[in-house]
Amino acid sequence: MSIYKPVIGLEVHVELNTKSKMFCSCSADYFGKAPNTHTCPVCLGLPGALPYANKEAIRKCIQIGLALNCTISEDSLFERKNYFYPDLAKGFQISQLRWPLCVGGEIEVESDFGEKSLIRINRVHQEEDTGKLSHLGGVTLIDFNRSGVPLVEIVTEPDFTDSSQIRDYAKKLQQIFRYLGVSNADMEKGDMRLEANVSVREVKSEEGRGTDFELPNYRVELKNINSFRFIVAAVEFEIKRQINALEAGEKLHQETRGWDEDKKETYLQRSKEEANDYRYFPEPDLPGIKNQELRIKEIQDGLPELPSARIKKYIDQYGISKTTAETLVADESLAELFDGAVKLGLEENVPVKEVANYLVNSPTLASHLKGGKLNISPDEIVQAVKEKKSGKIEDEGELEKIAQEVISENEKSVNDYKSGKESAIMALVGGVMRKTSGKANAIRVKQILERLLL
Amino acid sequence: MAITDLTLVQTIKALKDKQFSNEELNQAYLNRIKRYNPELNAFFEVNESSGVIPAAVKSLISTKGLKTSAGSKIIENYKPPFNATVIENLISEGVSVIGKTNQDEFAMGSSGENSAFGSTKNPWDLKKVPGGSSSGSAAAVAADLAVFALGTDTGGSIRQPASLSGVVGLKPSYGRVSRYGAIAMASSLDQIGPFAKSVGDARLILEWISGGDKYDSNCVAEKFKIQNSKFKITDQNLKDVRVGVPEEYFGQGLDEGVKEVIEKAIKKMEELGAEIVEVSLPNTKYGVAVYYIIMASEVSSNLARFDGIRLGGPRDLFGDEPKRRIMLGTFALSSGYFEDYFIKAAKVRTLIKKDFEKAFASCDVIVGPVSPTVAWNLGEKIDDPLKMYLSDAYTIPASLAGIPGLSLPAGFSENLPVGLQILGKYMDEETVLNVGEVLEKALNIKEKPRLR
Repeated sequence: MSIYKPVIGLEVHVELNTKSKMFCSCSADYFGKAPNTHTCPVCLGLPGALPYANKEAIRKCIQIGLALNCTISEDSLFERKNYFYPDLAKGFQISQLRWPLCVGGEIEVESDFGEKSLIRINRVHQEEDTGKLSHLGGVTLIDFNRSGVPLVEIVTEPDFTDSSQIRDYAKKLQQIFRYLGVSNADMEKGDMRLEANVSVREVKSEEGRGTDFELPNYRVELKNINSFRFIVAAVEFEIKRQINALEAGEKLHQETRGWDEDKKETYLQRSKEEANDYRYFPEPDLPGIKNQELRIKEIQDGLPELPSARIKKYIDQYGISKTTAETLVADESLAELFDGAVKLGLEENVPVKEVANYLVNSPTLASHLKGGKLNISPDEIVQAVKEKKSGKIEDEGELEKIAQEVISENEKSVNDYKSGKESAIMALVGGVMRKTSGKANAIRVKQILERLLL
Repeated sequence: MAITDLTLVQTIKALKDKQFSNEELNQAYLNRIKRYNPELNAFFEVNESSGVIPAAVKSLISTKGLKTSAGSKIIENYKPPFNATVIENLISEGVSVIGKTNQDEFAMGSSGENSAFGSTKNPWDLKKVPGGSSSGSAAAVAADLAVFALGTDTGGSIRQPASLSGVVGLKPSYGRVSRYGAIAMASSLDQIGPFAKSVGDARLILEWISGGDKYDSNCVAEKFKIQNSKFKITDQNLKDVRVGVPEEYFGQGLDEGVKEVIEKAIKKMEELGAEIVEVSLPNTKYGVAVYYIIMASEVSSNLARFDGIRLGGPRDLFGDEPKRRIMLGTFALSSGYFEDYFIKAAKVRTLIKKDFEKAFASCDVIVGPVSPTVAWNLGEKIDDPLKMYLSDAYTIPASLAGIPGLSLPAGFSENLPVGLQILGKYMDEETVLNVGEVLEKALNIKEKPRLR
């Protein structure tokens, strides 16, 4: 029996959260709005209308590229991708193919087995979204509110070998988008969409671990799958289906497949013979994009500290565990809160590790990770840690030792207590508190004293 | 002198001097339209309520609430919900649209015969074509059915009908005038410009319609301003002007009669003090081929929006010429052919642009014929698309280079008008217009078409 290895590449579309659309000044906030209210001649593709590019979107696309360690192209062009579809107002989509804004990046992913690998990013480019079709009974309605909303597409090399890497990659991208503040990256609302190209190859025994192997001569595109969970399921199904087919001696073909959630299997949507020739060519209505070094540097300098760098800093400098570090960078507001508390804590001699542990175990964080607000300030965190610290002498043995000392030094109070004057014990408690500089819990001290004086 | 004989500049002065009212002005033009349009077929639609200075506008330029069919059945009844930028500019200058003019379907043609609604006739001879694609706009100005008109020029569609119909026609530099609202044929070539009764009129109209527009990202030029360049318009000579004459524009295919008129005009320029310089534009011979690849490629994409879903009818309503160009362009962009056709054409386009840059190092303007022939008979070339394409060989190179070009009435051959083409450096409409105006005065052509 042969050994097969999956070869998977991903295409991620992310909708930017700019105020206006990519090529006109209509509002890009279309979610839940009355159909066809955010439209104009440009995004409706009316005859004679021309596009004008949204500079903020281009800036955000470059931010994503930089966050993924891409090179930003000095000269970039918009291009037209020509195809007919009812949701495509102009009969072409303004996109990029030969002259993308960002090329050649990489990102580290980790599989469920803890194996780390680098995924190469082929390109990050700018394009526009299409309108939205709703099929209602016998009719199809078109809503152009989404038409022209800025989309960024991130295309990887076929470097994934299992579905847990895909999950990690998507999670990391989502985190980056949110840190950069370029998108809400909400999968459920369609802010972020995934497509996978899946094939499997037979592994030869002499092969090394690199990416230096021949790609299979086919690939299956998993498309139009609007849930993250489903795409992972579809990839897993595909890998099994393809291996079984190859084992049975079948030849696999280039095709597009969808996901049937009821049957839990992929199904054929389009074979290669029906594939589109998109006839890309430079968009003549838009001038080229010149990215000068200075501008790129200015964008680079304005980037926030990204999750991967933060995790590394937390582990290396603060000595926090990897799991804790990962929890603390889950989103930027949390990481910012932590950083704020750390800074404040240093001024008041509160160790970073204690701040981290407090935050990770706090109930507000648990609720925040489920979507709730982070209703705690850095100062409150530091004070809470300090309070906890002030009651820190919890070691029973140590407290008992101090209590014994106080008992032997205060014969009068002991006798008073033993003769029935219960309040006399408070003088002993006060003695213990003085000796511990207040770092003991008075109630517990009292309990210990009562036990010792029985 | 009739009101409708006046140039735009004269009309404005007469209105200011209260020689006649806006109503009288409009009525005079509407009367002529009523009388002559039925046989000329220059207008698709007449706007009786126009009111101020009446201009004719090519059908494909979007006019809010007025039919903008682009000469095509596919959007026969389309009324845009917005005005093209040039229309907004004109309105703010006190100009109104008296009517939308006939044209070749989606600006594809050199004779006006590709209109889905019948050809426009040449006012000089009703058996002849008026030229195209801005056929109705040229004929309307030639026949005094409007004070001036707007057209579009992609490969010669203003200059060629201006030449064949005996009026002034200006294609501005690419990017001088906003294209927003002009239904696109080929986006990297299309440019809106005026048809006028005089060069001075064209200058004024250019000032009105030009200037950067946020709705057209390729239109970043400053507004064209009427001003004096290195020589004064009032100087009635061409002293210190170097006039380039390219040998490539006088070769095989150029009618003897046309050649004579052009040579006489060049002689006149010399008499006016111009220095005549021989220049070479060696890549001219590739112009038509390059143009038909780039233009058709853009056409195939630009016309995709007419898919019958949001506006207009099904795609089989396209006429033969749009279908032909969609097919050509789709082929040129197809995988496996893109490099050999589109990319190669784009490279040669750069060479053509460089030809002009080199030539303009030794001259201020380049002159030659607009069209190799005078207006031909209706129906003569309609079955031979290639022959029709070749009639644009002298106008196409300037379109590919994005430079300005003027067609100036220079004389007659076979009793039909002949236009002289004056090309200028990129964004130097000023020199082109100044040279044109001095020559216009010197040539002093007074003939008008005799309409019955």
